[in-house]
Amino acid sequence: MIEFKNVSKYYPGDCAAIKDVTFSIRPKEFVSIVGRSGAGKTTLLRLLLKEEPPSEGEILVDGRNVKNIKSKELPLYRRKIGTIFQDFKLLPNKTAYENIAFAMEAAGRAEEDISEDVPQILSLVELVDKADNFPCQLSGGEKQRVAIGRALIHKPDILMADEPSGNLDPLHTWDIIRLLCRINELGTTVILATHDREIINALSKRVISLDRGRVIRDEENGRYIV
Amino acid sequence: MFTSFKRIIKWGLTNFWRNGWLSTATVSIMTLTLLVITVLLMLNVVANVVLANLQNKIDISVYFKLETHEEEILQVKSQLERLEEVKDVSYVSQNEALIRFKEKHQDNPVLLQSLEELEFNPLEASLNIKARQANQYASINQFLESVYYKDLIDKVNYMQNKDIIEKLNKIVVDVKTGGLGLSALLALIVFLVTFNSIRLAIYSSREEINVMKLVGASKWFIRGPFFVEGVLYGLVATIVTILILYPLFYFLSPKISGFLPIGDVFSYFKVNLLSFFLLLLGIGVILGGFSTMIAVRKYLKE
Ligand SMILES: Nc1ncnc2c1ncn2[C@@H]1O[C@H](COP(=O)(O)OP(=O)(O)OP(=O)(O)O)[C@@H](O)[C@H]1O
Ligand SMILES: [Mg+2]
Repeated sequence: MIEFKNVSKYYPGDCAAIKDVTFSIRPKEFVSIVGRSGAGKTTLLRLLLKEEPPSEGEILVDGRNVKNIKSKELPLYRRKIGTIFQDFKLLPNKTAYENIAFAMEAAGRAEEDISEDVPQILSLVELVDKADNFPCQLSGGEKQRVAIGRALIHKPDILMADEPSGNLDPLHTWDIIRLLCRINELGTTVILATHDREIINALSKRVISLDRGRVIRDEENGRYIV
Repeated sequence: MFTSFKRIIKWGLTNFWRNGWLSTATVSIMTLTLLVITVLLMLNVVANVVLANLQNKIDISVYFKLETHEEEILQVKSQLERLEEVKDVSYVSQNEALIRFKEKHQDNPVLLQSLEELEFNPLEASLNIKARQANQYASINQFLESVYYKDLIDKVNYMQNKDIIEKLNKIVVDVKTGGLGLSALLALIVFLVTFNSIRLAIYSSREEINVMKLVGASKWFIRGPFFVEGVLYGLVATIVTILILYPLFYFLSPKISGFLPIGDVFSYFKVNLLSFFLLLLGIGVILGGFSTMIAVRKYLKE
């Protein structure tokens, strides 16, 4: 379903964030991408979302080269991918509720769907009483949970989670991980980027290890070894 | 489609309200722009009236020799009226000239006495000629100097007035071109200032635009609310401008009316209120909408 073929990404200044990466992810798989800070995890996800083009190599999603997605089709493509951004990327002028609702509005969903789904998602991430807070009035963990809610609202085919537990306490972290597992069981492909050793070791799912932009290990039932 | 339209309007209004400070700043700048435009317009109107009044005040007079028959003068008059440059010709007969002279000098008994003692009317009949444009007097004068009339005419006062007429002529041309150029320049400057402040306002939203793109919003769904906001800047600025000008003209009008030939500035403003409003609204809305579109386009590009 997702294929990276010899993908490299160079940033200005000869910095190779990703170097000759090849792997494929089957539909409905749960894959963790691990590696130290700066290993290239976020870059990998950004390439998949077509936020930036790869410098070399090809990325195929559902057999389609991401490079060939026209700018008109790009919004549709992105709606199929739910992303929990490492830096949340919430809209500062919109409340928690509106941030989640916006993704549905942008997709042209009906008003009734929105007023039904958003409260559900909000209670899923335990933010019902913070629904009317703006991002600047939310704690780091609360912002992260809004970001999670927004990523889930589309019922996306692919869920990319970039450090979804970065700002959460252990209790919430496990809630989120359990949530990701459940979503995965319901048929969504999940890509989890993290450097949280405990989570990886407890999950016992497929792990792709990155080091300085290269894949150094790719194993089923992997463990965090760097 | 309609739902999206509704959502775009909703977000445009909400953003305008929530970006309170930024909106206030942008609306203020646009209000200043509209005020400048209005003042320029008013100045142009006043200048045109002043110039027209001045032009109306100048004429040239042709004095006919005493022995000239009235029919001959009237013939000259009708010939003059056929000239394209001539706006108006009025005939002052010898008798009329005498009456006017007496009226003018009624406080001067010596002069009137000596006039009585003369056995004939010493005042010449004349034609008063007004040209359409200040620069046409020269050619009218030329026409009068042509051989055919030479014998009838005693003198034409063009030569005496020539300097004034030419000076005025220059002033009219200078004021018109200079005023137009200056207005255009000022208008351009205020347009650019507004355009830039709107671009700055949107620059602060560039990260937001990027996020909307990443969560799968289409370009026009991102652009729409900004456009609505831009149009709103224009609308609010127009209303504020009118609210400033109305009392301003009301209080200022009696004070400046004395200097201006335009009469009551306030009533002029009031009569033309709707056209003023529509004109400013047009300028504001187009400027606001256009500026936001250009600014957003930059951050929407991939
Ligand atoms: N826009 C950019 N311009 C230049 N270099 C960049 C840019 N984005 C990332 N990099 C570099 O690419 C490398 C990989 O960055 P990336 O964000 O993918 O790391 P990461 O694995 O997500 O790290 P972390 O765990 O800290 O989030 C880093 O060395 C970073 O400095
Ligand atoms: Mg990262």
